[in-house]
Amino acid sequence: MAHIAEHYTEYHPRWLRPHISTYWWLRKRSYFAFILREISSLFVAWSVVYVLLIVYAVGRGPTVYQELLEWSRQPWVIVVNVISLLLVGFHAVTWFNLAPQALVVRLGHTHVPGAVISASNYAAWVVVSAIVAWIIVGG
Amino acid sequence: MIRRSAEPLLWMVFSAGGVVAALVLPMLLFLFGVAFPLGWLTTPSAAHLAAVIGHPLTRLALVVVCTVSLFHAAHRFRYTLYDGLQIKHLNEIIALLCYGSAVVGSVASAYLLATF
Repeated sequence: MAHIAEHYTEYHPRWLRPHISTYWWLRKRSYFAFILREISSLFVAWSVVYVLLIVYAVGRGPTVYQELLEWSRQPWVIVVNVISLLLVGFHAVTWFNLAPQALVVRLGHTHVPGAVISASNYAAWVVVSAIVAWIIVGG
Repeated sequence: MIRRSAEPLLWMVFSAGGVVAALVLPMLLFLFGVAFPLGWLTTPSAAHLAAVIGHPLTRLALVVVCTVSLFHAAHRFRYTLYDGLQIKHLNEIIALLCYGSAVVGSVASAYLLATF
């Protein structure tokens, strides 16, 4: 019976995995879009914080609410919010476009086409946005 | 720190939060972050908003929106750090910081809206 001895060498074998740069996502447009979509999470979080700031200010009364409105009119706050809006919008669009892949709807024996699922998501977006705007502005 | 069995639940909340954030947040951000500050639309009075937020359904909806959106963001950001910066070895501390922030934010929103 052959005995296979294990030999340890001083030198570490070279990894077969190629090294990937930390900035791999800058190489291609599609990679950059991917990381932009991932980064949208930070702006989703900011949006929640901003909404909570408004709720807090309204709860503290008209004076605090006016102070918050003044603060929100500062150029840098508007810039942050415009960037946030773009990225949260990007999140929404990419999310709705991916919905058909995540959600397979069957009606009887036929699959509902992906385009219909995407379209219904966009329709829901329009309806929810209209309701939110109506409650806040017109209600 | 995060047990493997928690993963399906986290992905579920990620999906729910993704839908809710996409449906609700853009309009809220457009109104309060852009349209009102720039004077495109008349800013609602504090009394009107207090009446809107005072309704139990609004408060319930806001707590749900805040909670699932924050967990969505935490989950996605956790994977952004893994993939973007390739720091998988910091798995536990990243998960703790991401979900920890989401828990703090959710509890804060629930407290804020319960005591409104």
